[in-house]
Amino acid sequence: MENRPLEYDYTVAKMFMVTTIVLGAVGMTIGVFIAFELAFPGLNTAFGSGVAEYTAFGRLRPLHTDSVAFGFTVSGIFATWFYVGQRVLKVSMAESKFLMFIGKLQFWLYVIGVAAAVVSLFMGYTSSKEYAEFEWPVDIAIVIVWVLWGVSIFGLIGIRREKSLYISVWYYIATFLGVAMLYLFNNMEIPTMLATSAAGETNIGDWFHSISMYAGTNDALVQWWYGHNAVAFVFTVPIIAMIYYFLPKESGQAIYSYKLSLLSFWGLMFVYLWAGGHHLLFSTVPDWMQTMGSIFSIVLILPSWGSAINMLLTMKGEWQQVAASPLIKFMVLASTFYMFSTLEGPIQAIKSVNAIAHFTDWIVGHVHDGTLGWVGFMIMASLFHMAPRVFKRELYSKSLMAAQFWIQTLGIVLYFTSMWISGITQGMMWRAHDEFGNLAYSFMDTVDVLHPYYALRGTGGLLFLIGFFMFAYNIYKTMSARPVEESELQNASPMGA
Amino acid sequence: MFHWLEKHPFLFAVGVFITIAFAGLIEIIPNFAQASRPVIGTKPVTVLEQAGRNVYIKNSCNACHSQLIRPFKAETDRYGHYSLSGEYAYDRPFLWGSKRTGPDLMRVGNYRTTEWHENHMKNPKSVMPSSIMPGYPWLFTNKADIDTAFATQLTNAQFFGVPYNKPIPMKDGSTAVVKMADSVAGAHAMALAEAKEITSKMKDQNVKDAVAHGEIPEIVALIAYLNSMK
Repeated sequence: MENRPLEYDYTVAKMFMVTTIVLGAVGMTIGVFIAFELAFPGLNTAFGSGVAEYTAFGRLRPLHTDSVAFGFTVSGIFATWFYVGQRVLKVSMAESKFLMFIGKLQFWLYVIGVAAAVVSLFMGYTSSKEYAEFEWPVDIAIVIVWVLWGVSIFGLIGIRREKSLYISVWYYIATFLGVAMLYLFNNMEIPTMLATSAAGETNIGDWFHSISMYAGTNDALVQWWYGHNAVAFVFTVPIIAMIYYFLPKESGQAIYSYKLSLLSFWGLMFVYLWAGGHHLLFSTVPDWMQTMGSIFSIVLILPSWGSAINMLLTMKGEWQQVAASPLIKFMVLASTFYMFSTLEGPIQAIKSVNAIAHFTDWIVGHVHDGTLGWVGFMIMASLFHMAPRVFKRELYSKSLMAAQFWIQTLGIVLYFTSMWISGITQGMMWRAHDEFGNLAYSFMDTVDVLHPYYALRGTGGLLFLIGFFMFAYNIYKTMSARPVEESELQNASPMGA
Repeated sequence: MFHWLEKHPFLFAVGVFITIAFAGLIEIIPNFAQASRPVIGTKPVTVLEQAGRNVYIKNSCNACHSQLIRPFKAETDRYGHYSLSGEYAYDRPFLWGSKRTGPDLMRVGNYRTTEWHENHMKNPKSVMPSSIMPGYPWLFTNKADIDTAFATQLTNAQFFGVPYNKPIPMKDGSTAVVKMADSVAGAHAMALAEAKEITSKMKDQNVKDAVAHGEIPEIVALIAYLNSMK
């Protein structure tokens, strides 16, 4: 056999790159819109009172969260898997017609599932559970897509040439298993069409409507075991898979420590699942679970910082690259935001802090410094690294990328600082008593005071969105840029001015 | 050991699965074994209230309003007695929410009235001048889905043993019975009777006319549900 590098087949990766960008743009646009609805409520009827039902905050909020989580992020996970998987396992998808078929089938079913989800959420068909809003027909589509992805992962592993699994593959496997387990258990529901009335009537009412298998406190417990760990296995684990591959590749540096990566991986797997109880502090779930949730949240700092420090130390001695390359900037700031966010989360999980923070904007701020700064930056950085290699073109513009970096960083800072102030202010006002022991503020007082912070938050989100469109434009123009000569690029991605 | 495991993907995956499933087994299973029991006085919802609960979910009211009163003085002063686990025994799904852009609604039936809700849902600023909640005028024209509400009640009774048409112990030692219809037509008749009680205190003429003609706008169902939250 001829001795030359493998030619990888990126057909499916390219497809998912498109949905990453399109669904990211949709989800973030809705996000900015509903952020401004809170600052300027008149926007609820901005498109006319006839369609106000479909543009009100409540109806759009699940569309925002689900399209950035299951649209942008999950597409990004799939896109990077179909790129990274082949390369670290040293096998091309073109070698297996079966895996190529499964990959394409997964993509098209995913697109159908997304369309069904968007329509049903607009109509208000929701189970009400956060990040698990879809009714059972969409759930089934999601499960099929997920199983197909599993076939891709283990199929590719089955025909691999490189026997030892690289760190990124550990994390992709964990993503697959974790989400499968969580999603199945949290979405156990009984379709109401199965019930029979005393008169013998069946199929009564909407066929797609269902109710949860669990009631009340149990339902809450399962939901937040899911909700918290969906953050783990969608916003953390697969993003670590990305940074473990793309940062060493782009910088040309070896991972700092294998032992640290082992500790962080197995530590994260064990600890993360316990921490869900911190969403239910002072609720009606048993006290010992709340305490476990608090304690394990603090322990979680260890494996989280293990990964982040491993990444930062990978850049040891090569810090000039951060100044030189906007792509390295994105990745280094992503791991910094990861450290920041995984410190902030445990602080909020301490009971006395949670008593103030829970139900306020501080939680919203925490979610967004993680998702914008860590998840968003890392997925965009991954796509920037992939684009020249997938399209065999030079990245369109380095200066556009640098401008995007600073605009988005400013946006994130505005976002979380305004939400800190807003959340802590509201939390303190809710609990304030006057000298006679009466409540010092009406609820309305605590809403009035938030207006400037809501406006500031919307502005921060808007800056991030502008940056996202710059990213989309940069990738789009890359497809039509100058071709790159070598068939296989080394490390630093080629960039136009 | 880890080097070896990294060359054996199947066993690696099994190892990961056991590691992540462990916490769920320990935390969730024991609580399910003693599934939450209703406290004395907890009743399941009527068919119109169920339809209202579905309207609440359809418009994601839970995105901005919680139904969970924490055991702090500031919260019990503002919203009433702190929540008890058994009060949620019939809640499928639970609606605790995670964000209070607006106030908690767990016991809103104790301090708001049909008239207040009607004004507030049509135009929140008419009763709360600086409210940032949008108006919900479409609730006054959309028709409540009584069929699905009835199917939800049936599912609760048949799959989860929710005690419809059975005596339920109340706080004063008496018993109460929450009736469930035995047919779709019966459910509509029950819902209409409940709706008429609500509309007798409402002033929107179109809503009154609709109910007089046997159609129930979503707002009537929603108010029935909100009034039941005590």
